[in-house]
Amino acid sequence: MTSPFEYAPAPESRSILDLKPSYGLFVDGEFTDGTGAPMKTLNPATEEVLAEVATGSEADVDRAVRAARRAFTRAWGPMRPADRGKYLFRIARLLQERAREFAVLESLDNGKPIRESRDVDVPLAAAHFFYHAGWADKLEHAGLGPAPRPLGVAGQVIPWNFPLLMLAWKIAPALATGNTVVLKPAETTPLTALLFAEVCQQADLPPGVVNIVTGAGDTGRAVINHPDVDKVAFTGSTAVGQSIARAVAGTHKRLTLELGGKAANIVFDDAPVDQAVEGIVRGIFFNQGHVCCAGSRLLVQESVHDEVVASLQRRIGTLRVGDPLDKNTDLGAINSAEQLERIRELVDVGEAEGAHRWQPDGELPDRGFWFKPTVFTDVSPAHRIARDEVFGPVLSVLTFRTPDEAVAKANNTTYGLSAGVWSEKGSRILAITDQLRAGVVWANTFNEFDPTSPFGGYKQSGYGREGGRQGLAAYLKGAEQ
Amino acid sequence: MSTDRLPVRKTYKLYLGGAFPRSESGRTYEVHDTKGHFLANAARASRKDARDAVVAARGAFWKWSGATAYNRGQVLYRVAEVMEGRAAQFAEEVAAGEGLSATRARAAVDAAIDRWVWYAGWTDKLAAVLGSSNPVAGPYFGFSTPEPTGVVAVLAPQRSSLLGLVSVLGPVLAGGNTAVVVTSKDRPLPAVTLGEVLATSDVPGGVVNLLTGDAAEIGPWLAEHADVDGIDLAGTTAGGLAMELERSAAGTVKRVLRAAAEEPDWTADPGLTRMTPFLETKSVWHPIGV
Repeated sequence: MTSPFEYAPAPESRSILDLKPSYGLFVDGEFTDGTGAPMKTLNPATEEVLAEVATGSEADVDRAVRAARRAFTRAWGPMRPADRGKYLFRIARLLQERAREFAVLESLDNGKPIRESRDVDVPLAAAHFFYHAGWADKLEHAGLGPAPRPLGVAGQVIPWNFPLLMLAWKIAPALATGNTVVLKPAETTPLTALLFAEVCQQADLPPGVVNIVTGAGDTGRAVINHPDVDKVAFTGSTAVGQSIARAVAGTHKRLTLELGGKAANIVFDDAPVDQAVEGIVRGIFFNQGHVCCAGSRLLVQESVHDEVVASLQRRIGTLRVGDPLDKNTDLGAINSAEQLERIRELVDVGEAEGAHRWQPDGELPDRGFWFKPTVFTDVSPAHRIARDEVFGPVLSVLTFRTPDEAVAKANNTTYGLSAGVWSEKGSRILAITDQLRAGVVWANTFNEFDPTSPFGGYKQSGYGREGGRQGLAAYLKGAEQ
Repeated sequence: MSTDRLPVRKTYKLYLGGAFPRSESGRTYEVHDTKGHFLANAARASRKDARDAVVAARGAFWKWSGATAYNRGQVLYRVAEVMEGRAAQFAEEVAAGEGLSATRARAAVDAAIDRWVWYAGWTDKLAAVLGSSNPVAGPYFGFSTPEPTGVVAVLAPQRSSLLGLVSVLGPVLAGGNTAVVVTSKDRPLPAVTLGEVLATSDVPGGVVNLLTGDAAEIGPWLAEHADVDGIDLAGTTAGGLAMELERSAAGTVKRVLRAAAEEPDWTADPGLTRMTPFLETKSVWHPIGV
């Protein structure tokens, strides 16, 4: 890219990895073959095949659920809670010990910049295990009723945008509360989950407590529909979440859903523009915009619109798009050809509907899946790019004049996962925060996550929380929230 | 008082948006006591009434949820005060509708009033009990608070016409939600009287909307309504209708409080179990020192 900053390439080495040509399922503590047709997982930055991965059939899922049930009844359920906690502490430490390996593998399989996998995904995943480890023997003090009990076997299906981190968000609370799990990673990003299976072995976690069944939609459906699953947890698109809620209706299964978003990032005229611009960039371009809580709708107060947009474009011009393993890379590859196609389609619709598209100069790599950071101005609330989740590096800019208009526009969506507010005036921030129908509100910051902070949506962004004391309730019987 | 005075009977209507309209459909149905004697013609609410009720509930949401928790608590407590004054009337309706002795009917009414007081006291404790200060690993001030889900459709229990109704409506209101209630089909009269209590207790119009009629007819419209955020299926027992409504609610990712296999004993301590399904957690972050 033509950038005022020239950097020599600074690639992270792949030599830390011992990538195998093929991977099986992790069931009952062992790697086994799947009976479905194997699939290939690609490096989205080069389209090179990284490995062949097994596909779990219905029979494989059944085997995994039986293993999880056995482990729940015989090992994990009866175990002293303090010992369950110690296993989770072990896992947290093992993740830290092998952090670089996980980061490199995550960037290879997902396409995200190594700076993010190294500094965000992997440390946060370890933090989630460390945090929940401590809960294992303190649940009766969590304010969730005097004797909260585990539900049993949890079936968990996770997306491709934060493969290891979403695994941690699912597995850590399930295990801390005494449940066992069958987890299905996303079709395009199974590798760190399988490396995590090795961590479970190194931790001597009893067989069957964690089972990892790779595959595509059919495998996920088999997990969700298995009659001996007591709890379903899903992170992914709203459309799939709706179909899961339908599938679970009328059963005994408990359900939590973390679905899509179309977050408003509201910038008032008294916000410090430079800080706000950093927050806007972080809000929409973090992880190539493959973030359910991405700040994809920028609402700028009309009087500062031109200044904010000019400053934003200047800043975007300095972002480096390219090799995910390069330590200077800001935006990596789009995770799959399919996702790239969806982004292109919605961007075309944005132009066709009359919004103005802007992208920085510069070349993209020849191979792999890439999309330039994109800003749409002159966007109306009726445009699809203002309503549909793009799940890519595409920002829609809208304006407002009064705080009431900002709130009305921010809430004018079927989603309600997150929102941002930028202002130097504390009372205004608190007033706006109160009125936003969203599960997470970042004020003068964006896209911050922590295991102690409950995360989850309002409205069609899903229900249930992950993280914090509140997140434990999703995995406990007799829990009062 | 002369014993041959002809009593003035009440017309039992809907309670919708703070007023007492008949069903827009003009329909009514006969309500009988457990021995089959005619008690009244109740309004039979329609799909359109349900939609109007949702509009009224949405319109009242910000006022109710935005009131201070102390204020909401006082308004709800006021409801209990007015209920107490109407206890004899409630007891008569409960006795006739549920086939209870006067003593047992009065006990059910007393329990209902006490349950309402219990929920009135919750409004300003929920944030302390369910919220948190979040010690995040960075220079940020972080906290989480419970907030109401929004407009909640409540299919009230079929058997317990007042205690059951109060036990499902109280928790929805205490959390700051507004409600569209479909009453017991065969025992709707105490609900209409409760509407009269609500109308004279400083509860803003639209916060509670009471539709007499058939949950099997109106429930599906509420379950799929895009401006309803949650649904309590208490008035269905687990099975065909409950499953159909839960499936339908999935299309808009509604919060669903499932029905029990059979109607529970409403005198049992409910804990927080009926409040938390209709509360969201909002987590807020702000930098420190920047």
